[in-house]
Amino acid sequence: MTASYEPWDETRGAEIIAEHANQEGATLVILHALQQAFGYVPEAAIPMVAKALNLSRAEVHGVFTFYHDFRHKPAGRHVLKLCRAEACQAAGGDALAARAEAKLGVSLGSTTPDDRVTLEPIYCLGLCATAPSAMLDGRLIGRLDQKRLDALIVEAQR
Amino acid sequence: MSLRLFVSRDAGAIAVGADEVALALEQAAARRGVAIEIVRTGSRGMYWLEPLVEVATPQGRIAFGPITEADVPSLLDALSNNTPHLLRLGATDEIPWLKRQTRLTFARCGVIDPRSLDDYRAHGGYKGLERALSLGTDATLDEIIASGLRGRGGAGFPTGIKWKTVAQAKADRKFIVCNADEGDSGTFADRMIMEGDPFLVIEGMTIAGLTVGATKGYIYIRSEYPHAVEAMNAAIVAARRGGYLGSKIGGSTYRFDLEVRVGAGAYVCGEETSLLESLEGRRGIVRAKPPLPAHHGLFGKPTVINNVLSFAAVPFILAEGAKTYADYGMGRSRGTMPIQLAGNLRYGGLFETAFGVTLGELVDDIGGGTITGRPVRAVQVGGPLGAYFPRALFDTPFDYEAFAARDGLIGHGGIVVFDDSVDMRRQARFAMEFCAIESCGKCTPCRIGSTRGVETIEKIINGERVHENLALVEDLCSTMKFGSLCALGGFTPYPVLSALKHFREDFVPVPITLQAAE
Ligand SMILES: Cc1cc2nc3c(=O)[nH]c(=O)nc-3n(C[C@H](O)[C@H](O)[C@H](O)COP(=O)(O)O)c2cc1C
Ligand code: SF4
Ligand code: FES
Ligand code: FES
Repeated sequence: MTASYEPWDETRGAEIIAEHANQEGATLVILHALQQAFGYVPEAAIPMVAKALNLSRAEVHGVFTFYHDFRHKPAGRHVLKLCRAEACQAAGGDALAARAEAKLGVSLGSTTPDDRVTLEPIYCLGLCATAPSAMLDGRLIGRLDQKRLDALIVEAQR
Repeated sequence: MSLRLFVSRDAGAIAVGADEVALALEQAAARRGVAIEIVRTGSRGMYWLEPLVEVATPQGRIAFGPITEADVPSLLDALSNNTPHLLRLGATDEIPWLKRQTRLTFARCGVIDPRSLDDYRAHGGYKGLERALSLGTDATLDEIIASGLRGRGGAGFPTGIKWKTVAQAKADRKFIVCNADEGDSGTFADRMIMEGDPFLVIEGMTIAGLTVGATKGYIYIRSEYPHAVEAMNAAIVAARRGGYLGSKIGGSTYRFDLEVRVGAGAYVCGEETSLLESLEGRRGIVRAKPPLPAHHGLFGKPTVINNVLSFAAVPFILAEGAKTYADYGMGRSRGTMPIQLAGNLRYGGLFETAFGVTLGELVDDIGGGTITGRPVRAVQVGGPLGAYFPRALFDTPFDYEAFAARDGLIGHGGIVVFDDSVDMRRQARFAMEFCAIESCGKCTPCRIGSTRGVETIEKIINGERVHENLALVEDLCSTMKFGSLCALGGFTPYPVLSALKHFREDFVPVPITLQAAE
């Protein structure tokens, strides 16, 4: 299942911001909501968030860049995250990550040139007793092995 | 008579096919005209048996597992005709791995429907709150102090003392914050309890709220845990509807409400002051202490911030009494610890037991050794900031002080097992790399030191001036240890130095000429 996002639209962005702006400490809440709607946090939204929360543009930009989750441009059609933390390393995760990189022809943290697949590292999904673990567009996969990984890659490339 | 089945909705079970099994069961039963009811529970924590399917019988629940979609027809045959099945495990409560645990916090996890407030109450839920209400705030505080409960997030600070500080603080508003950032690799107990028994967390936080005089609480959950976010939100709605959140809590005069906030992929936001910054909508930069969060916490107000498991231990302590809880454990580590067995292990999962069990028992006996069948070589205890232990230290009892005495920590109770194919140079390098990726950037030793650490270990791996570079790594570690504001920079030396100390042979190869001469 591909996540479908709306194209950036200023009016819609303003609506989303207004919806959450009254909460205390709303910056992360709003950035999450924007990313959920548009698939990333458009540059143009940053000054809008700043204005709504009475913050400086630099402050909001600083928050946006601090957190690994927020994207400044859309991801590929599918996002494949491989857990690279210790429990998954112990269960053979290193070799699987190398295999995924080789099969997709990109390194962790980048998107294939055809914009189909973004391959990302993640540090623990809390599935460490059924390691190695992965996540494809929000779907969790445990006990990852070569065969399962290959199937995920085929699915992601569609 | 309809068959009553139990299949977990825990993320760990879903990741290995629990949803598909539940769906296949429903469809196959419908085709056969067999009436079934499937209750989606949390997980029992025996992950090698997931997807686990249980069936209600007059003698209690009977377990089958691990079940795949392909097993569904034969499973339904066995259930309908009461005939044997290859994957039948017998009565769930009699499975030795489960039976030898002491489940105080996880008593209901995997048993009840986490969406049902009625189910929670039917299994002893909200008894702790009732007793707290009848005791009053001072006596409730005394119970928490007397239980000896220490924070389960890692540092092991006495929970009662923290609550007392906030209770005594004067302010117009106070807050309760639940730290559900659970970033340590090898840990998943917070996730499991939020997904499997979310009302327990709510009850614990509610008791904290009325004890210290706070009316609002936040649960900060990492974004990697969407299922936990959903489960907590659903439970909050149900608790409000049932009169357990909002005004007049449980029929009392107290007011308390909760809100879930989601993190954004920053490990350091598990550090309490960084988490508070994040909740306030800022970069997760660690604050210098003092002031303590208990005095000057969220939005500058007195704040109790505790780990999920700390709050989850509270209802039992109130319901059964501080002494019952404190009777378990050893030394200054009282009660039980939900230990998480992970990595290359045959029987991985959640094992709740009194403090004092040894590392060797946990890894070899309970964990069953490696899944690859190779010898266990190294065990990292306590997450990415925890030390690597060799077999020689397997007699270490699970206890805060005993681990500290051996330059380790129990942290949040995660144990990650590696077999003999592990290259400890790579593990040491990863520890530095993780620190470099996740550093909040405030301290130079943490931010720059970790990057230098990665480069230097890289050189050691490439065989460049090994001895000189090893000395440099040790030096860097000591700078990080003493020059960092928080435990990210301050404790990263633990995994690095323990690898150097206990697994020296990986770093300094035996000279080839000597080997040849033998
Ligand atoms: C880098 C870092 C990460 C931490 N991550 C967590 C975490 O994910 N969960 C947690 O409960 N505590 C974490 N802690 C510990 C918290 O700072 C704090 O001690 C804890 O929330 C207090 O709750 P407790 O007393 O109930 O353990 C972390 C500390 C550091 C330095
Ligand atoms: S030690 Fe690292 S993470 Fe901690 S405050 Fe300093 S820079 Fe930030
Ligand atoms: S380390 Fe990979 S899921 Fe926890
Ligand atoms: S601020 Fe004390 S351990 Fe980080």
